Amino acid sequence: MKQAEFLNVVMPFKDKLYRLAKRLLVSREEAEDATQEILLKLWSKNESMGEYKNVEAFAMTMTKNFCLDRLKSKQAGNLKLVHSNYSDESTSLQGQLEAEDSVRWMERIMEELPEQQKMVLQLRDVEQYEFEEICELLDMKPTAVRVALSRARKTVRQELVKKHSYGIG
Amino acid sequence: MELDNIEKLLEKYFEATTTVAEEKTLQAYFSQESVPTHLKQYKPMFNYFSNAKEERYTKQVPLKPRKDFYKWISVAAVAVLSFGIYFGNQYQEKRQAEYAYQETKKAFELLAENFGKGTEKVAYLQEFEVAKQKIYNNN
Repeated sequence: MKQAEFLNVVMPFKDKLYRLAKRLLVSREEAEDATQEILLKLWSKNESMGEYKNVEAFAMTMTKNFCLDRLKSKQAGNLKLVHSNYSDESTSLQGQLEAEDSVRWMERIMEELPEQQKMVLQLRDVEQYEFEEICELLDMKPTAVRVALSRARKTVRQELVKKHSYGIG
Repeated sequence: MELDNIEKLLEKYFEATTTVAEEKTLQAYFSQESVPTHLKQYKPMFNYFSNAKEERYTKQVPLKPRKDFYKWISVAAVAVLSFGIYFGNQYQEKRQAEYAYQETKKAFELLAENFGKGTEKVAYLQEFEVAKQKIYNNN
Protein backbone atom coordinates (compact mmCIF):
# COMPACT_ATOMS: atom_id res chain seq x y z
CA MET A 1 0.00 0.00 0.00
CA LYS A 2 1.34 3.40 -0.97
CA GLN A 3 1.45 6.30 1.42
CA ALA A 4 -1.35 8.15 -0.32
CA GLU A 5 -3.59 5.10 -0.29
CA PHE A 6 -2.87 4.53 3.36
CA LEU A 7 -3.78 8.11 4.17
CA ASN A 8 -7.02 7.71 2.28
CA VAL A 9 -7.90 4.71 4.40
CA VAL A 10 -6.85 6.31 7.66
CA MET A 11 -8.09 9.87 7.25
CA PRO A 12 -11.82 9.20 7.75
CA PHE A 13 -11.36 7.74 11.21
CA LYS A 14 -8.22 9.31 12.61
CA ASP A 15 -10.31 11.84 14.50
CA LYS A 16 -12.28 9.05 16.09
CA LEU A 17 -9.07 7.45 17.29
CA TYR A 18 -7.96 10.74 18.72
CA ARG A 19 -11.26 11.39 20.46
CA LEU A 20 -11.32 7.94 22.00
CA ALA A 21 -7.73 8.38 23.16
CA LYS A 22 -8.57 11.74 24.62
CA ARG A 23 -11.63 10.39 26.36
CA LEU A 24 -9.47 7.82 28.10
CA LEU A 25 -6.26 9.73 28.63
CA VAL A 26 -7.88 13.13 29.22
CA SER A 27 -4.78 15.09 28.36
CA ARG A 28 -4.59 16.42 24.84
CA GLU A 29 -0.85 15.83 24.49
CA GLU A 30 -1.16 12.27 25.67
CA ALA A 31 -4.01 11.66 23.26
CA GLU A 32 -2.05 13.13 20.37
CA ASP A 33 0.94 10.94 21.19
CA ALA A 34 -1.28 7.90 21.42
CA THR A 35 -2.92 8.63 18.09
CA GLN A 36 0.43 9.12 16.44
CA GLU A 37 1.66 5.87 17.90
CA ILE A 38 -1.39 3.99 16.62
CA LEU A 39 -1.08 5.49 13.15
CA LEU A 40 2.58 4.52 12.98
CA LYS A 41 1.74 1.02 14.10
CA LEU A 42 -0.91 0.80 11.41
CA TRP A 43 1.53 2.10 8.84
CA SER A 44 4.09 -0.51 9.79
CA LYS A 45 1.42 -3.14 9.23
CA ASN A 46 0.16 -1.68 6.01
CA GLU A 47 1.10 -4.68 3.92
CA SER A 48 -1.25 -6.94 5.82
CA MET A 49 -3.94 -4.30 6.14
CA GLY A 50 -5.91 -5.70 3.23
CA GLU A 51 -6.58 -8.78 5.33
CA TYR A 52 -8.54 -6.93 7.95
CA LYS A 53 -12.19 -6.66 7.14
CA ASN A 54 -12.60 -3.46 8.98
CA VAL A 55 -9.51 -1.33 9.41
CA GLU A 56 -11.41 1.23 11.42
CA ALA A 57 -12.61 -1.28 13.99
CA PHE A 58 -9.13 -2.74 14.17
CA ALA A 59 -7.60 0.69 14.74
CA MET A 60 -10.19 1.57 17.37
CA THR A 61 -9.47 -1.62 19.27
CA MET A 62 -5.76 -0.89 19.03
CA THR A 63 -6.35 2.58 20.43
CA LYS A 64 -8.44 1.24 23.26
CA ASN A 65 -5.81 -1.30 24.23
CA PHE A 66 -2.99 1.17 23.89
CA CYS A 67 -4.70 3.75 26.10
CA LEU A 68 -5.67 1.23 28.74
CA ASP A 69 -2.08 -0.01 28.85
CA ARG A 70 -0.95 3.57 29.13
CA LEU A 71 -3.29 4.18 32.03
CA LYS A 72 -2.20 1.02 33.75
CA SER A 73 1.46 1.90 33.52
CA LYS A 74 0.75 5.41 34.76
CA GLN A 75 -1.11 4.03 37.72
CA ALA A 76 1.67 1.59 38.45
CA GLY A 77 4.14 4.43 38.35
CA ASN A 78 1.90 6.28 40.78
CA LEU A 79 1.59 9.13 38.34
CA LYS A 80 -1.57 10.90 37.47
CA LEU A 81 -2.24 12.08 33.99
CA VAL A 82 -2.17 15.80 34.04
CA HIS A 83 -3.74 17.83 31.39
CA SER A 84 -3.41 21.47 30.62
CA ASN A 85 -5.98 21.77 27.90
CA TYR A 86 -8.51 23.95 29.63
CA SER A 87 -7.73 26.94 27.51
CA ASP A 88 -8.19 25.03 24.28
CA GLU A 89 -11.58 23.78 25.37
CA SER A 90 -12.77 27.29 25.78
CA THR A 91 -11.78 28.36 22.30
CA SER A 92 -13.03 25.32 20.40
CA LEU A 93 -16.16 24.37 22.29
CA GLN A 94 -17.32 27.33 24.24
CA GLY A 95 -18.03 29.43 21.25
CA GLN A 96 -20.76 27.08 20.19
CA LEU A 97 -22.24 26.82 23.60
CA GLU A 98 -24.26 29.37 25.43
CA ALA A 99 -23.53 27.85 28.79
CA GLU A 100 -19.78 27.46 28.88
CA ASP A 101 -19.75 26.15 32.40
CA SER A 102 -21.87 23.16 31.57
CA VAL A 103 -19.25 21.89 29.14
CA ARG A 104 -16.66 21.83 31.84
CA TRP A 105 -19.13 20.29 34.16
CA MET A 106 -19.92 17.57 31.65
CA GLU A 107 -16.23 17.03 31.08
CA ARG A 108 -15.69 16.52 34.76
CA ILE A 109 -18.63 14.14 35.03
CA MET A 110 -17.28 12.13 32.11
CA GLU A 111 -13.85 11.95 33.70
CA GLU A 112 -15.32 10.44 36.82
CA LEU A 113 -16.89 7.52 34.97
CA PRO A 114 -15.24 4.11 35.03
CA GLU A 115 -13.16 3.43 31.91
CA GLN A 116 -15.55 0.97 30.37
CA GLN A 117 -18.52 3.29 30.71
CA LYS A 118 -16.45 6.13 29.33
CA MET A 119 -15.63 4.10 26.25
CA VAL A 120 -19.18 2.90 25.72
CA LEU A 121 -20.56 6.39 26.09
CA GLN A 122 -17.91 7.81 23.79
CA LEU A 123 -18.48 5.20 21.10
CA ARG A 124 -22.25 5.42 21.25
CA ASP A 125 -23.20 8.97 22.05
CA VAL A 126 -20.31 10.75 20.42
CA GLU A 127 -19.31 8.48 17.55
CA GLN A 128 -22.74 6.88 17.20
CA TYR A 129 -21.56 3.38 16.55
CA GLU A 130 -24.11 0.59 16.38
CA PHE A 131 -24.29 -1.86 19.26
CA GLU A 132 -22.75 -4.69 17.27
CA GLU A 133 -19.77 -2.53 16.42
CA ILE A 134 -19.26 -1.55 20.03
CA CYS A 135 -19.44 -5.20 21.08
CA GLU A 136 -16.76 -6.01 18.57
CA LEU A 137 -14.56 -3.04 19.45
CA LEU A 138 -14.64 -3.52 23.17
CA ASP A 139 -14.94 -7.28 23.13
CA MET A 140 -18.10 -7.19 25.24
CA LYS A 141 -21.45 -8.96 25.19
CA PRO A 142 -24.42 -6.94 23.86
CA THR A 143 -26.19 -7.03 27.21
CA ALA A 144 -23.05 -5.84 28.96
CA VAL A 145 -22.79 -2.94 26.54
CA ARG A 146 -26.40 -1.99 27.16
CA VAL A 147 -25.99 -2.16 30.91
CA ALA A 148 -22.80 -0.11 30.85
CA LEU A 149 -24.35 2.46 28.54
CA SER A 150 -27.51 2.77 30.60
CA ARG A 151 -25.48 3.14 33.78
CA ALA A 152 -23.22 5.73 32.26
CA ARG A 153 -26.14 7.79 30.96
CA LYS A 154 -27.94 7.58 34.27
CA THR A 155 -24.83 8.62 36.17
CA VAL A 156 -24.42 11.61 33.91
CA ARG A 157 -28.09 12.52 34.38
CA GLN A 158 -27.83 12.14 38.14
CA GLU A 159 -24.81 14.40 38.30
CA LEU A 160 -26.49 16.94 36.08
CA VAL A 161 -29.65 16.90 38.18
CA LYS A 162 -27.56 17.35 41.29
CA LYS A 163 -25.94 20.36 39.76
CA HIS A 164 -29.23 21.66 38.46
CA SER A 165 -30.94 21.51 41.83
CA TYR A 166 -28.00 23.22 43.51
CA GLY A 167 -28.49 25.93 41.00
CA ILE A 168 -24.77 26.41 40.44
CA GLY A 169 -23.47 27.74 37.18
CA MET B 1 -41.46 17.15 17.49
CA GLU B 2 -44.06 16.74 20.21
CA LEU B 3 -42.99 16.76 23.77
CA ASP B 4 -44.60 13.41 24.43
CA ASN B 5 -42.45 11.70 21.92
CA ILE B 6 -39.27 13.28 23.26
CA GLU B 7 -40.09 12.25 26.79
CA LYS B 8 -40.66 8.71 25.67
CA LEU B 9 -37.40 8.70 23.76
CA LEU B 10 -35.57 10.06 26.79
CA GLU B 11 -36.92 7.27 28.91
CA LYS B 12 -35.76 4.72 26.36
CA TYR B 13 -32.47 6.57 26.06
CA PHE B 14 -31.62 6.08 29.70
CA GLU B 15 -32.47 2.41 29.44
CA ALA B 16 -30.10 2.27 26.47
CA THR B 17 -32.76 0.89 24.16
CA THR B 18 -32.86 3.72 21.65
CA THR B 19 -31.50 3.29 18.16
CA VAL B 20 -28.83 5.51 16.68
CA ALA B 21 -31.49 7.31 14.63
CA GLU B 22 -33.58 8.03 17.71
CA GLU B 23 -30.53 9.33 19.51
CA LYS B 24 -29.85 11.64 16.59
CA THR B 25 -33.40 12.94 16.97
CA LEU B 26 -32.74 13.65 20.62
CA GLN B 27 -29.49 15.42 19.86
CA ALA B 28 -31.19 17.51 17.23
CA TYR B 29 -34.03 18.35 19.58
CA PHE B 30 -31.75 19.48 22.37
CA SER B 31 -29.59 21.52 20.04
CA GLN B 32 -32.42 23.98 19.48
CA GLU B 33 -32.77 27.08 21.59
CA SER B 34 -36.14 26.60 23.22
CA VAL B 35 -36.42 23.56 25.39
CA PRO B 36 -39.11 23.18 28.07
CA THR B 37 -37.79 23.96 31.52
CA HIS B 38 -38.18 20.48 32.93
CA LEU B 39 -36.01 19.12 30.10
CA LYS B 40 -33.37 21.83 30.28
CA GLN B 41 -31.19 19.76 32.53
CA TYR B 42 -30.51 17.31 29.69
CA LYS B 43 -29.41 20.00 27.32
CA PRO B 44 -25.73 20.10 28.40
CA MET B 45 -25.47 16.37 27.99
CA PHE B 46 -26.63 16.24 24.40
CA ASN B 47 -24.87 19.42 23.46
CA TYR B 48 -21.68 18.11 24.91
CA PHE B 49 -21.92 14.94 22.86
CA SER B 50 -22.56 16.72 19.60
CA ASN B 51 -19.73 19.12 20.30
CA ALA B 52 -17.34 16.37 21.28
CA LYS B 53 -17.79 14.93 17.82
CA GLU B 54 -16.33 18.08 16.32
CA GLU B 55 -12.94 17.65 17.89
CA ARG B 56 -10.23 16.94 15.32
CA TYR B 57 -6.83 15.41 15.32
CA THR B 58 -4.88 18.31 13.90
CA LYS B 59 -1.38 16.98 13.97
CA GLN B 60 0.34 15.87 10.83
CA VAL B 61 0.14 12.17 10.21
CA PRO B 62 3.80 11.32 10.65
CA LEU B 63 4.70 8.87 7.94
CA LYS B 64 8.13 8.37 6.61
CA PRO B 65 8.50 6.30 3.48
CA ARG B 66 9.84 3.06 4.69
CA LYS B 67 13.32 2.20 3.57
CA ASP B 68 14.52 -1.23 2.61
CA PHE B 69 17.48 -0.49 4.77
CA TYR B 70 17.14 -3.54 6.97
CA LYS B 71 16.69 -5.82 4.03
CA TRP B 72 20.04 -4.81 2.57
CA ILE B 73 21.76 -5.11 5.92
CA SER B 74 20.54 -8.66 6.22
CA VAL B 75 21.70 -9.45 2.70
CA ALA B 76 25.15 -8.13 3.55
CA ALA B 77 25.19 -10.08 6.78
CA VAL B 78 24.33 -13.31 5.00
CA ALA B 79 27.06 -12.68 2.42
CA VAL B 80 29.69 -12.06 5.09
CA LEU B 81 28.59 -15.10 7.00
CA SER B 82 28.74 -17.45 4.02
CA PHE B 83 32.14 -16.11 3.01
CA GLY B 84 33.32 -16.68 6.52
CA ILE B 85 32.05 -20.21 6.60
CA TYR B 86 33.52 -21.00 3.19
CA PHE B 87 36.98 -19.63 3.85
CA GLY B 88 36.94 -20.77 7.43
CA ASN B 89 36.30 -24.28 6.23
CA GLN B 90 39.13 -24.09 3.75
CA TYR B 91 41.50 -22.92 6.40
CA GLN B 92 40.32 -25.62 8.74
CA GLU B 93 40.88 -28.26 6.06
CA LYS B 94 44.36 -27.01 5.38
CA ARG B 95 45.19 -27.14 9.06
CA GLN B 96 43.84 -30.65 9.34
CA ALA B 97 45.75 -31.81 6.29
CA GLU B 98 48.95 -30.36 7.67
CA TYR B 99 48.35 -32.01 10.98
CA ALA B 100 47.70 -35.35 9.31
CA TYR B 101 50.85 -34.93 7.26
CA GLN B 102 52.92 -34.18 10.34
CA GLU B 103 51.49 -37.16 12.15
CA THR B 104 52.18 -39.46 9.24
CA LYS B 105 55.66 -38.11 8.95
CA LYS B 106 56.22 -38.77 12.63
CA ALA B 107 54.89 -42.26 12.21
CA PHE B 108 57.15 -42.91 9.25
CA GLU B 109 60.12 -41.58 11.14
CA LEU B 110 59.36 -43.91 13.97
CA LEU B 111 59.12 -46.75 11.51
CA ALA B 112 62.36 -45.72 9.83
CA GLU B 113 64.12 -45.56 13.15
CA ASN B 114 62.98 -49.00 14.08
CA PHE B 115 63.96 -50.31 10.67
CA GLY B 116 67.35 -48.77 11.17
CA LYS B 117 67.70 -50.66 14.44
CA GLY B 118 66.60 -53.79 12.64
CA THR B 119 69.18 -53.47 9.90
CA GLU B 120 71.90 -52.84 12.50
CA LYS B 121 71.07 -56.10 14.14
CA VAL B 122 70.85 -57.83 10.80
CA ALA B 123 74.40 -56.64 10.14
CA TYR B 124 75.58 -59.16 12.75
CA LEU B 125 74.09 -61.90 10.66
CA GLN B 126 76.78 -61.07 8.16
CA GLU B 127 79.39 -62.18 10.74
CA PHE B 128 77.58 -65.42 11.04
CA GLU B 129 77.73 -65.95 7.33
CA VAL B 130 81.43 -65.17 7.25
CA ALA B 131 82.10 -67.64 9.99
CA LYS B 132 80.04 -70.21 8.20
CA GLN B 133 82.01 -69.70 4.99
CA LYS B 134 85.26 -70.10 6.89
CA ILE B 135 84.11 -73.41 8.24
CA TYR B 136 83.03 -74.55 4.79
CA ASN B 137 86.27 -73.55 3.26
CA ASN B 138 88.32 -75.34 5.89
CA ASN B 139 86.49 -78.55 5.33
